[in-house]
Formats: sequence, structure tokens, C-alpha cells
Amino acid sequence: MNNKGVDMSKRQFLTTALTVVGAVGTGYLAVPFLAQMQPSVKAMAAGAPVEVDISKMEAGQLIRVAWRGKPVWILNRTPEVLATLKTLDNELRDPLSNESEQPSYSKNPVRSIKPEIFVAVGLCTHLGCSPTFRPEIAPNDLGEKWKGGFFCPCHGSWFDLAGRVYRGVPAPTNLVIPPYRYVTDTQLIIGESTEEKNS
Amino acid sequence: MKPSRLSECGNWVLDRFPVTKFWNEHMAHYYAPKNFNFWYFFGSLALLVLVNQIITGILLTMNYKPDAKLAFDSIEYIMRDVPWGWLVRYMHSTGASAFFIVIYLHMFRGIMYGSFKHPRELIWIFGMLLFVALMAEAFMGYLLPWGQMSYWGAQVIISLFSAIPVIGDDLSLWIRGDYVIADATLNRFFAFHVIAVPLVLVMLVFMHIVALHEVGSNNPDGIEIKESKDPWGHPVDGIPFHPYYTVKDIVGVAVFLLFFATVIFYMPEMGGYFLEHANFIPADPMKTPEHIAPVWYFTPFYSILRAIPDKFAGVIAMGSSIVVLFLLPWLDRCPVKSIRYRGGIFKKALFLFVASFLALGYLGTQPVTPVATTLARLFTTIYFGFFLLMPIYTRWEKTKPVPKSLTKVLSLEEKLHTLEEQLPGLIEEITEKKPVSTEIGDPAFKGAFFSRRPNPEGMINVIRRAAKKAIGSLD
Amino acid sequence: MKNLIALLLFLGLSFGAAASEGVELQEARINLSDNDSLQRGAHHFVTYCLGCHSAKHMRYLRIALDVGVDQKKMLKDIAPEGASIYDQLHSAMNKHDAEKWFGVQPPDLSLIARSRGADWLYSYLKSYYIEPGSPRGVNNLVYEDTAMPNPLWQLQGEQHAEIRKTIWGEYTKLVIEEPGALSEREFDRFVNDLVNFLVYVGEPVQLERERMGKYVIFFLLMFLVIAYLLKKEYWKDVH
Repeated sequence: MNNKGVDMSKRQFLTTALTVVGAVGTGYLAVPFLAQMQPSVKAMAAGAPVEVDISKMEAGQLIRVAWRGKPVWILNRTPEVLATLKTLDNELRDPLSNESEQPSYSKNPVRSIKPEIFVAVGLCTHLGCSPTFRPEIAPNDLGEKWKGGFFCPCHGSWFDLAGRVYRGVPAPTNLVIPPYRYVTDTQLIIGESTEEKNS
Repeated sequence: MKPSRLSECGNWVLDRFPVTKFWNEHMAHYYAPKNFNFWYFFGSLALLVLVNQIITGILLTMNYKPDAKLAFDSIEYIMRDVPWGWLVRYMHSTGASAFFIVIYLHMFRGIMYGSFKHPRELIWIFGMLLFVALMAEAFMGYLLPWGQMSYWGAQVIISLFSAIPVIGDDLSLWIRGDYVIADATLNRFFAFHVIAVPLVLVMLVFMHIVALHEVGSNNPDGIEIKESKDPWGHPVDGIPFHPYYTVKDIVGVAVFLLFFATVIFYMPEMGGYFLEHANFIPADPMKTPEHIAPVWYFTPFYSILRAIPDKFAGVIAMGSSIVVLFLLPWLDRCPVKSIRYRGGIFKKALFLFVASFLALGYLGTQPVTPVATTLARLFTTIYFGFFLLMPIYTRWEKTKPVPKSLTKVLSLEEKLHTLEEQLPGLIEEITEKKPVSTEIGDPAFKGAFFSRRPNPEGMINVIRRAAKKAIGSLD
Repeated sequence: MKNLIALLLFLGLSFGAAASEGVELQEARINLSDNDSLQRGAHHFVTYCLGCHSAKHMRYLRIALDVGVDQKKMLKDIAPEGASIYDQLHSAMNKHDAEKWFGVQPPDLSLIARSRGADWLYSYLKSYYIEPGSPRGVNNLVYEDTAMPNPLWQLQGEQHAEIRKTIWGEYTKLVIEEPGALSEREFDRFVNDLVNFLVYVGEPVQLERERMGKYVIFFLLMFLVIAYLLKKEYWKDVH
């Protein structure tokens, strides 16, 4: 072996060049490997927008539909409930939904397009349990302050009937509102926005 | 300062974990002979393919369903609905064939240069165990797509076990877990293919390399480089594996990946050899395809099985064709390792062996005809003759003197250079020169233009010379 | 040794010749970048095949994206009524009825081009002929006693088999006796479009992978050049 007359800078340059090209190649290879764990077309098909007929809903009734495998609630709120919602602002963490996730058309105090029809993803924003629907006022187990709402049994988070979170519970934000629009007065599409349709 | 804290952190680990020692022992201070040629790429390539199979395999299990009702559809789901699933699947299916190509060449290298001989017998044994484990892995993996070939191929191979006297039927029933290949078989093959056999493979690879690094690598000259050392205790003819062979192996990897990518992107079915056409039909226990052939890498052994007219004897012959490879270190009595210094008889025997192995492989893909069966028997005889007669013909082999130190290897440039020197003469010889009559041209140019056309006589001469040289080199 | 090589060569040739026995297949012209042909093929498939055969691994959405049809147009013009864009090409036929009528379940056609090959499909669909006395009244030159009745007879017309003799032996020629709705050339194009579509359905990613392959190979060549230069540089030390 003979190390005389070795051009170290050339050697260093080629080593660096090969490392860089190799790293780029590995990076490109990693893309498909990681991307193949993304939702497949089958999952996207299951996540396609869902049509819901709400013509037969009675006042105060809650129905659940599956969208992308998640429970989505549709609640027909009575005028009394809507009246109660206005009185709760002081007990809520984010009454105007400034830090919560919802399409712009449902960023209002009652968090919906039409005030009586409330649509929300039925998963607690704390750790993803599905809260229970407790419309009754001041039941024994929840106490005097309960004005009707959603109660998460996992860690005890409170939400009102507009999906807004109370102060002093683990959940950080209001319930998520999915994109949805009205096809007709009694026909909803969940998963598609009014804006998307127009654009 | 940040870098010093980083290196402190590194030292903290190094004080407690022998990374440096391991690196030096197996890379930086592992001295390998400096004359490795083309044939020495395949060991590291096999490792590369193993890694490829493990990674793509893990990704495939995320979407594959080991259930007789769902398996076939889940593969098509991977091919179409899963993002990039097709690439991962083709990498895995092409990788399987690439594995065998690389391993066969690696084994041929071992036989050619005597890498199985003293003191490397154990390396050979570990290697053969790896080969058997790899065959098991490939066989069980081939059932998973649950196509017609998967199903009937497995049916035929498992039925082989029923040829064993007394316990045969119970044994094959136990392997299948059902009276035919069924859901239970698929599910247990999945378990073996995905976890059990890969663990064995990785363990054996580790042992294969540890054993190799203990005694040191052989080389194309078949000389022990440890026998002549410089004052510092390093072999005179050795160079550190890192960086010299790491950079060299990267070149090999790049060339290999070029071929690999070409197959994946342009011919993933490889004309029905890597992915068989009949395997695109879901398994149907009621209907055997007209012509069933195992995947190409099993066909030599399958041919041996078919060549024997008796069921039990056929199974024994097929089994022995692999067992006999294990015995190679003790069958070969010649003290010289490398083919370069061995006698003509060994060279001829090896040539016949390789030719019959390839011929058996080809015959295994073809339907049975009387002529094919006769030929398969002839080649089976040669196959076993190579091994079983070895103790006889290697004992009186006329070997050439083995040099004390390694011979010089011509680099690619040097080889090209000699070729370049010979090329003009060669062109003169294989072509005919004829003056072109320029009708419109200036008379001054007359005779200045020639056309060349192929000269058959010259070509035959060149080919004859090359053939003579090739045959001469055998003796 | 020379004799052995000659023997091997001879055997190789004779096997090659033996393999090409049987009916000679006609060549289908496959061009997966011909979107018009694929669109026509998709339409033919839905109209003439989907009644009995599914292609359950294929989705209308994927076809729309790959052959360049608008999703709405796909649902209106090609897909059967009531299908959604995410739906797979399922057949409306009941499996139980199918077995009763044809003796077998019509196979799913998603992978038929990969198991049979384009030329086989092309020749098969063109090789029906009238055979009085056989259970279905028709037979097929390429696939004898096929369980499938000729779905395209109204287009092609009725063919009869004629035995012709030449110095090399006998062969069967199919002649159209009762012309169908399409001329012979139109019918050839019709079948070719259908087979082209089936080849696409067999492996929808085909074009994409070939497009991608060029970049991968170019990249690897670049990597090889640098790796080779580095190897040469280091190996200057070794004498």
C-alpha cells in the first residue's frame, strides 16, 4: 500500500458527493415507503361524503351517522335549548369558537348553518372518546349546574348542546364541526362544503 | 460549544458499548485479500437483497390478509388501492428472484475458488443452511398470493412428504393442518414466512459472517494471505475492508440496482418467470392448471424429482441433490483451492455440472415429454456424478504450482486498453474493404472512399481462435 | 464437448418449435397511452361484459383519472346507472343464477389480461363459429367448448368453420356467413379497444411505472458514475 501523492481533497469531495446522492436516493425511496401507510383508495371511498335525510327528525332528537368511520351527530335543537345556549358564555372556555375547528360558515355562537340543526363530530377533543348525549337538565349524577349537553365518560369533559367546552374540564377545545351543506331543506351532505361546491 | 457536547455524548455511549471495537474488527481492521474480482460482489449483494426483502415484507404485511377468502384480493388491493403498493410488491417479488440469482452466483464462486475448503468448511455449512432456509422462505412465501400456481405448487411439494414410508401421510396432514391446502395452511405459512424463517435467516447470516471473519476471506488465487505478514502484523496481500471494499461494493450495489430497477419498472413479470401467468387466477381447489411449474429457482431440483420414475426414490433424489452440497468440503480431495491452479479434469467437471444444472432448470419449466425425461435423467446423472465421483477424480488431479503471493489483477481500464489495442486488427479481419466508385465525384477523390462489409471467413477465424483459447484455458 | 453444445442447441430449438403448436393467435395492438381507445374499450366493457363479468379490483374513479375522462362524464356515459364514482366494477349478475345457466361462475376479469395475454383474448373473442349439434350451437377455435356464449355475435355476425388444405397440412378458417352490425374492420377495432382496456385493467399502474423508471435509472447511473470515481480514487493506494 502506498498513500503518497493522494489527492485528499478529491477523495473528500467524491465521498461527500456520493453521500449526498445516496442520501437523496434513500430519501426518494423513503417517500413511497412512508406514503404507502397513508389511507388507501378504499379508505377514501369509505370516507366519501355521506347524504343524510333529516325530514323525519323530531325536535330534540339526535341521530348518528358514520363519516370516515367517525360518529357524526345531527341534533334537532328546540327553541328552549337555543335560548339556554345564550346564557352559558361565562362558563365556557371558548364561547366564540376562536380556537376551535369548524368551517367558517358554522363559526357562530350556535355553531351551525341553520340554528336548530346542529352537526358535529362526536369525538371528545381531549383523547377521542365519544361523549354521551345528556339533554336533561340537572340530573342526579351531573349535578345542579348541568344545563343539558354532552358528557364525556372517559375523563369527564362537559360540552353544551352547541358542542362548546366548559371551563375546568380536560378537553381543550370545542367539538369539531365537519364540513357539510344542505342539498335541499331536509337533505344534508356531510363531508362536502358549500364553498367547495361553488368553486 | 455544541460539537464538543455532542462528542461527549458520543463518548459516553462508546465507553459503555463496543461500537468502535465492532467496527474495527469487521470493517476498518478486517484485512481482505486485495485481488477480489467480479465474483466477490455477491455476498454483500445478498445482504442488500435480504434487507430489501425484510423492509418491503414488513410493509406488505400491513395490507396483506392471510385468509383464504381474502388473500388474493388483498394483493390486488395492494397493487391498486394502496398508495405505492405496486412498487413495494414488485420490489418484494423481484427481490425473491434476485435473491436466488445472487445466491447461486455466490455459491458458484465458492465452488470455483475452493472457498468451502479447509479452514472454511463451517462457513460453507452455514451458507448451505442459509440456502435451505431461503428455499423454505421462498416456498412458503409463494403460497401467500393464493393464486393457482401458489396453491397447486404447494400441493405438489407438500405431497412429497407423504412419500416417506410409515409416517408420510400423517406428516403431510400435520404440515397442511387440513386434508388439502386450505386456510389453515395459508395462515401457518404466513407465520413461518413473516417471522420464524426470517429470524433463522438473520441468525445464520450473522454466524456466516462471524465464521468468515474468524478465518479470513479466500480469494481468486486460493492463497492464505495470513501466511505472509508485514512487520506490523498485517497480511502483505491484504487491505482493510473499509474503505477499499466498501467503496468497491457500492459500485457493485449501483450496478445491481440498475438491473433490479429495470426489472421492477419495465418487466416485473419477467416473461412469466418471476410472476407466473397462472398465478393471476385465484386458487381453485377444484381445477389444476394445465401445466404447473415451480418458480424458476426451484426448477433444477424439481427436474431431478421428475426424472426418477419412483415416488419415494424421486423425493430421496431431490433431497440428496441438496444434501450432497453440504458434503462438498469432504468430497473434494484436491489440496489446491482455486480453479486457476487446478487440473483440467476439475474444470471440465465443473463446466459439465453448471451446464447440467442450467439444463435441469430449463427442463423443469417445460412440460414432461419422453425426450425431456431422458435428458433430465442424463443431466441428473451428471449432477450427482460431479459430487460422488469427486473423491476419485480430484485425488489424481494434475495441479499447477500455486504462487506464494497474489497475482496482479487487471483493472477495467487496463482490460479496455488491451482491447483497444487489438480492436483495429480485429476490424480489419472481420470486414472486407472495397473501393467505392464515385460516379459524380471529382477524379481526385478516386480510390479515397471505401465501403466495409462483413467478411464471413474472417469472422469464422476470429471465433475459432477464441474458442480454441477458451478450450485451452480449461486444461 | 463440441457435440454436446450442438446437442444442447438442437434441443433448445426443437423445444421452441414444439411450444408454438396449437391455434396461431392474432396479434392485438396494445397502446395504453391511447386514451380514446381506452375510453371506447371501457364503454364496450360496461355494455357487453359487465352484465355477467365483474372487474372488482377496478374503480370507476381510477379509470376516470387514468384515461382522462371527467368524473361526471364517467358516471353519465360509461358507468351503469346508479353507480358511484368510488364503486368497483361489480357485475349485477347473481352468482347462483350464473352457475345454473353456464355451469360455471363467469370469472372476474380484472386480471384476465395478465393470466391469458392480450393476443389470446383478441383471438378468442374473434374465434366463435356456428357448430350445429353442440349444446350452445357455437364453439370457439381458441378455447374449445367454452362455457361463454358469443356476446358479440350481433356485431360480428355468424361465422362458419371451413377446413382448408395446403401442402403443409390442414387448417381451419373462419368465414363470416351472416354479416353483423359492424364491418370486419370495425369489429376488429371494437375487439381491439376492448382488449386494450382489459390490458389496462390488468395493471393500471403500467404506464406510470414505465414513466417513473426512466428517472430511477438515470439517477442510478449518476450514482454509479460517482461511486466508480470514488472507488478508482481509493484504489490508487492498492498496488
